[in-house]
Amino acid sequence: MLPRKDAVIIGLGWTGAILAQQLTDAGLNVVAIERGPYRDTSTDFNVAYMQDELRYAVRKDLFLQPNVEAMTMRNNASQTAMPMRDYGSFLPGHGVGGAGVHWNGHTWRFWDSDFSIKTHLTQRYGAAKLKGLMLQDWGVTWNEIEHSFDAFEYLCGISGKAGNVQGQMQAGGNPFESSRSRQYPNPPMKMSYAPTLFAQTMAGMGYHPFPTPSANLSQAYVNPLGIRMGQCTFCGFCERFACGNYSKASPQTTILPVLMKKPNFEARTECEVLKINLTPDGKHARSVTYLDANGVEFEQPGDIVAICAYGLMNVRLMMLSKIGTQYDPATGTGTVGRNYCYQTSSAARMFFEGKHFNPFIGAGTLGQSMDDFNGDAFDHSKLDFVGGAGLNCVVSNGRPIGNRPTVPGSPRWGAKWKQATVDGYNNSMGFSAQGSSYPVRENYLDLDPTYSDRHGRPLLRVTFDFPDNDIAMSHYISDQLERLTKPFNAKHAAVSRIQKGWNAVPYQSTHNTGGAVMGADPKTSAVNKYLQSWDVPNVFVVGASAFAHNAGLNPTGTVGALAYWAAQAITTQYVKNPGALVHA
Amino acid sequence: MQLVLRALSRRRLLASVAAVPILAASADGRTISGELPWSPFAGEPPRPVNPLGWYFFTPGEAATIEAIVDRFIPGDHLSPGGKASGCAVFIDRQLAGSFGQSSRLYMKGPFMPGLPTQGYQGDLTPAGRYRLGLRALADYTNSTYKKDFRALTLEQQDTVLAGLDGGKITLKLKSGFSTKEFFELMLQNTMEGFFADPLYGGNRGMASWKMIGFPGARYDYRDHIDKHNQPYPKGPVSIYGQV
Repeated sequence: MLPRKDAVIIGLGWTGAILAQQLTDAGLNVVAIERGPYRDTSTDFNVAYMQDELRYAVRKDLFLQPNVEAMTMRNNASQTAMPMRDYGSFLPGHGVGGAGVHWNGHTWRFWDSDFSIKTHLTQRYGAAKLKGLMLQDWGVTWNEIEHSFDAFEYLCGISGKAGNVQGQMQAGGNPFESSRSRQYPNPPMKMSYAPTLFAQTMAGMGYHPFPTPSANLSQAYVNPLGIRMGQCTFCGFCERFACGNYSKASPQTTILPVLMKKPNFEARTECEVLKINLTPDGKHARSVTYLDANGVEFEQPGDIVAICAYGLMNVRLMMLSKIGTQYDPATGTGTVGRNYCYQTSSAARMFFEGKHFNPFIGAGTLGQSMDDFNGDAFDHSKLDFVGGAGLNCVVSNGRPIGNRPTVPGSPRWGAKWKQATVDGYNNSMGFSAQGSSYPVRENYLDLDPTYSDRHGRPLLRVTFDFPDNDIAMSHYISDQLERLTKPFNAKHAAVSRIQKGWNAVPYQSTHNTGGAVMGADPKTSAVNKYLQSWDVPNVFVVGASAFAHNAGLNPTGTVGALAYWAAQAITTQYVKNPGALVHA
Repeated sequence: MQLVLRALSRRRLLASVAAVPILAASADGRTISGELPWSPFAGEPPRPVNPLGWYFFTPGEAATIEAIVDRFIPGDHLSPGGKASGCAVFIDRQLAGSFGQSSRLYMKGPFMPGLPTQGYQGDLTPAGRYRLGLRALADYTNSTYKKDFRALTLEQQDTVLAGLDGGKITLKLKSGFSTKEFFELMLQNTMEGFFADPLYGGNRGMASWKMIGFPGARYDYRDHIDKHNQPYPKGPVSIYGQV
């Protein structure tokens, strides 16, 4: 048994680092317990060898290794879940910084109509439109949380162009975003050829393209903590890699240089939390049990426990610790494991002749986007679905093991393959549709009955397939993509179409959401609007696990905002009067 | 060329070996407070492979793989072939290392047949899959052509590979490991070797990067970001500074 701390944080990625920074500023004694190693820019994200596609993008050197923690998956309850022996469809992070180390840097705000999605869609289309979906309001309103988005964007130095500042529309920004209090801290990145062509073409069709809000910095920046960041060099080794230039926002480049020096903060790395220990009545968390790198077990007591791992691991840790009630799709009861969502994506690719797109000049968020077909930006009254997709023409890389498009129908080996590869590499551009994912009764998370981890604890079981609503949405979007490729006059254009049967093998998106969702009703949410467990009020569960649905927008901006929002509730309300912040 | 590579590899190998004890010291779990942890030379640079000899393949297997990578990537006016580019050496070193042993993967049982959406569920590591697959391929070509794969004509080799790819040939493998999976594994690893940094044994002379116009490890394109639709003027560099 170790000395008591005011707060024990599990996981030192984006949410753990933000909570630790805010809680220590408020004078609390905080320990963060992190399963992976301490990694930093100068030592581990070395500018001399970070540009190694095989090591980092293919062999996934920085990611969570399945031998540390795997998950099982199936498309529906009639199947037997099997372990994902290698991660493919999504790639959770590992170590200090978490997925914030290897993300692309797309930094969106969910919309006001997301936080009140059920109310909004019911008012506009009637309740029957939502039949079969478990859409629900998030319990927090846009006006309450807007300043938390602002805090995260200024921490990161997001480069972008606002579209709506305090209700005033801004030319060149996103007209569909919700009203923000001020501009982005940095101007948009310079654009390469493909996104420029995309924006010109879309604007010519009457749509509203704008620079994708980016955590790859357009210029040198000093953030509100006094930490200096550099300008992005468009190196093309961003997502799946760590940044060697201090120009991609991560916990390492925005928080840790200040946090680590605080005497009231301590990080324990390579220490894996096994469970959170509750008092016998199950209503209070006493401590967490963890193993250090030598396999020695420790018990760390704390007044507050903040679960800040990757969203899926947050949910599993709640299940292993018996915090809240397991969701049961047969009865619809229980809250932990509920409303698991993903992302519903498709893409267009075009091939030209005699072009020089130079795809290797890239960054995780070097691009142009448009939201004309996202969320509820367009009228759904005559459509058989709700939701939509953000369209993004982002040139992240031209790394050739993974990224060498050829005209559809080309051979995959032999002399003709080689010629097709040469023809396609510099002559091709694409854009993608990142579609929303809405909750349904049969998509959920629980513990696997058969497979266990290296410590003998059951693996998380993911039961998921694309719901009919989302398939219909995505096919509508694919129709739009086909139409939108026409004015480019490409020699060949190809558009992908999603189908039933989520496949765990090819990479799709590390945007797994839900399972411990926030809300106003303890019957349908695991945590309240402050991300505080309804069942164990000194436990806060922070991350995309709290999303009640997933939008057609990358989640990290909203994850960062939720972390600031929860930290504010802890430091201004909870510490003064520990206990439930919301009485149901 | 071979001598130059060898000298370079040896020098780099020594340099990277020197860094190992420092790494080991930082491998334990630890408590960090009041400081930003930092120690000199704490990085973990990759180690260039020794290009000589075989670490995993038997001589017969190596000859077969060399023939296969040369059909996947035939030498022509665009680039040298897969064998001359070192793809077989690359695969050999990968199989002899962590990748070949599945050391980072979830390898706990029970092993049961899964659905295609659930990914590979066999208990064989990549090293085991190559060993079994190459033996089954030799059995097939010897029973069909009375020859090892490497002794077939180039046309026959292409016919066999297309048969593995397209489902016309079924090798005698084992439950949970299909002929198609064996083919895909070989094709994927060949392409990895051809397009990866040369330090891993393939892509000798950065042949593939020159072929498609990928500048490799340059890491800074601020001078070309707004030169739209203009060819990038510089050739590739590798991590260890080949130009």
